[in-house]
Amino acid sequence: MVALLRNQKIRGIIFQLLTVIGLVAFLWYIGANTVANIEQRGIQTGFGFLEGTAGFGIDQSPIPYTEENTHGRVFIVGLLNTMIIAAVGIVFSTIVGLLIGILRLSNNWLIAKLAKAYIDFFRNIPLLLQILFWYNVVLRAMPNPKQSYNFFDTIFINNRGLYFPQPEYNTTFLAILLSFAVAIASASLFNRWANRRKEATGKDFFVLPWGIALFLLLPALAYWIGGAQLHFSFPELRGFNFKGGKVLSPEFLALAFALTIYTATFIAEAVRSGIEAVSHGQKEAAASMGFSPYQSLKLVILPQAIRIAIPPIINQYLNLTKNSSLATAVGYPEIVTVFAGTSLNQVGQAIEIIAMTMLVYLIISLLVSALLNWFNHKMKIKER
Amino acid sequence: MVLSRIAKVSLATVTILGLGVTTLSADTLSEVQKQGFVKCGVDGGLPGFSEVGSDGIYRGIDVDVCRAVAAATLGDAKKVKYIALNAKERLTALQSGEIDMLSRNTTWTETRDTSLGLNFAGVNYYDGQGFMVTKKLGVKSAKELDGASICLQTGTTTELNVADYFRTNKMKYKLVSYDTNDQVVKAYESGRCDVLTSDQSQLYGLRIKLAKPDESIVLPEVISKEPLGPVVRKGDGRWFDIVRWSFYAMLTAEESGVTSANVDAMLKSDNPDVKRLLGAEGQMGENLGLKKDFAYQIIKQVGNYGESFERTVGQGSPLKIQRGYNALWTNGGLQYAPPFR
Repeated sequence: MVALLRNQKIRGIIFQLLTVIGLVAFLWYIGANTVANIEQRGIQTGFGFLEGTAGFGIDQSPIPYTEENTHGRVFIVGLLNTMIIAAVGIVFSTIVGLLIGILRLSNNWLIAKLAKAYIDFFRNIPLLLQILFWYNVVLRAMPNPKQSYNFFDTIFINNRGLYFPQPEYNTTFLAILLSFAVAIASASLFNRWANRRKEATGKDFFVLPWGIALFLLLPALAYWIGGAQLHFSFPELRGFNFKGGKVLSPEFLALAFALTIYTATFIAEAVRSGIEAVSHGQKEAAASMGFSPYQSLKLVILPQAIRIAIPPIINQYLNLTKNSSLATAVGYPEIVTVFAGTSLNQVGQAIEIIAMTMLVYLIISLLVSALLNWFNHKMKIKER
Repeated sequence: MVLSRIAKVSLATVTILGLGVTTLSADTLSEVQKQGFVKCGVDGGLPGFSEVGSDGIYRGIDVDVCRAVAAATLGDAKKVKYIALNAKERLTALQSGEIDMLSRNTTWTETRDTSLGLNFAGVNYYDGQGFMVTKKLGVKSAKELDGASICLQTGTTTELNVADYFRTNKMKYKLVSYDTNDQVVKAYESGRCDVLTSDQSQLYGLRIKLAKPDESIVLPEVISKEPLGPVVRKGDGRWFDIVRWSFYAMLTAEESGVTSANVDAMLKSDNPDVKRLLGAEGQMGENLGLKKDFAYQIIKQVGNYGESFERTVGQGSPLKIQRGYNALWTNGGLQYAPPFR
């Protein structure tokens, strides 16, 4: 026995085991304590509440929702709204971040300084304040529905949101959607073919006009094939509000804008550090081989820089997703606002609801990081 | 069974790690006496009900219930620690033991009273839900609100009532909900919504907060019953009794004509009702685990219900709300306390 304890390896295992047992016991104690307390208070437990009627309205929902739906449906609506805001935020902050990050390294003094000023300013103000600021600015600056900014009677902007026409879902519409997918796919195949041809023969092939032609001709063709029956529902002022069309609420716009502007600063810095991490010799080598600055950026610098910048950018995507829960400050109905907020208040089962909400963020975060880890793996320098 | 217990415990464990641990004590009175103050959850931003003055002192009809309980249990109405809560946080704060009692214009409903592990100790204000609109809209009745955008505070019975009302009347509405009343008022002022809905009493309170109160009117419809009252945790019968009878002491005092001004003189009263109330006769205080003079302290320091009402929301306040349903039963109202004997 003593001999066993003197064995360093076995001793290590024993202590690790003891630590794990201690930790599990501690967590078990807290859990049991909570359950006992809840039972003593007579607070309802379990997930039966998900079947119960919610009874309250939600302003924005990507799926049909009425007051008569269940709390389970509220959960789905909140989840979808979270995913929408996260997706919009990720796409736009990537575009803005990439642009600002490159401009930050511009040789033009003014552009570089402006990009730096943007980053320093928006990175250092708490996100919550920015959300509230944009929300209040948007609300105060916009006119009421009767005095909306009117763009050709199709797009309206007022303090209730941004209204625009919505196409009706029919075969023509579906055909056009499909044609865009086909256009994207064929354009990328075309591009790949052009690259391969260039590698083989050294001849340049200017892809852009053909790509544009694809994106114009295919939908036109689809419109004609699909029956030429494209109808729009136009927003129209009736009574208190606009009816018809689609609306982006001020809450959504303010949140999406603030998340984009804020996260883009971090992405810009990640991009910059990625570019700066690429050895200067690479740039000189590219220049000495007669690459234009654009070619050297696109073909030599960025492919190497993106590889370095991806892990920090992943972190920013995850942060953005989690930060979207600040929506509760302006009342955009994402999961924390409607499910961990309103539903929680109506049914009072904090433990179940908070656990579900935490699980949602955990799963989203793990999925995003898994996806981007895969991408990261794919982008790794392949040792030959 | 074992599995479900394991699931429950691990679920609780996971959550607790995120929320922090609060231990619950079943004996709130001892806890309060040990800590030397009552932790009372209030709104903190609602004129007439609970609002912090420029001197940093909380005032309001809800605050007076907290003060009455402090006077009864600790002999000093000032020994209250106020915790401002929004509508979403309030019930969880009470369940988790962050506060000893909740006095925050909270509507007594069946669900809240049964499934949340809470008990309502009484009704200190009978209210009903109404609508406020700007005069420019030219709306005269809530029935004309089809298609309107409505601002309200989330986590309230208000949003359930609105849904019911519009459904019953086959009207559509756009809901815009916020965490606090301040945000609701701001959104209403900026024109984000056409209508602000809340309990009638609050509408008058919130209207004062507007930059131009005269440009808004409260519509005549009252669409719900909103009995508002103090709430305690289930499972502590003595504390429940203390909160309930501290409030009833204020009602009984008004009924018997005892006020903060004449309470000392009333100590010598021959009226047996008054004698029992003020502790000269009977075991009322002892029954609750309190001192004999608990009701005396309440009336002396806080006043009777009528005084409290007029000072906070009635004629002595900017709100000038009539007693209405909140008059004593002897005057045709609903406020009625069981006998002190």
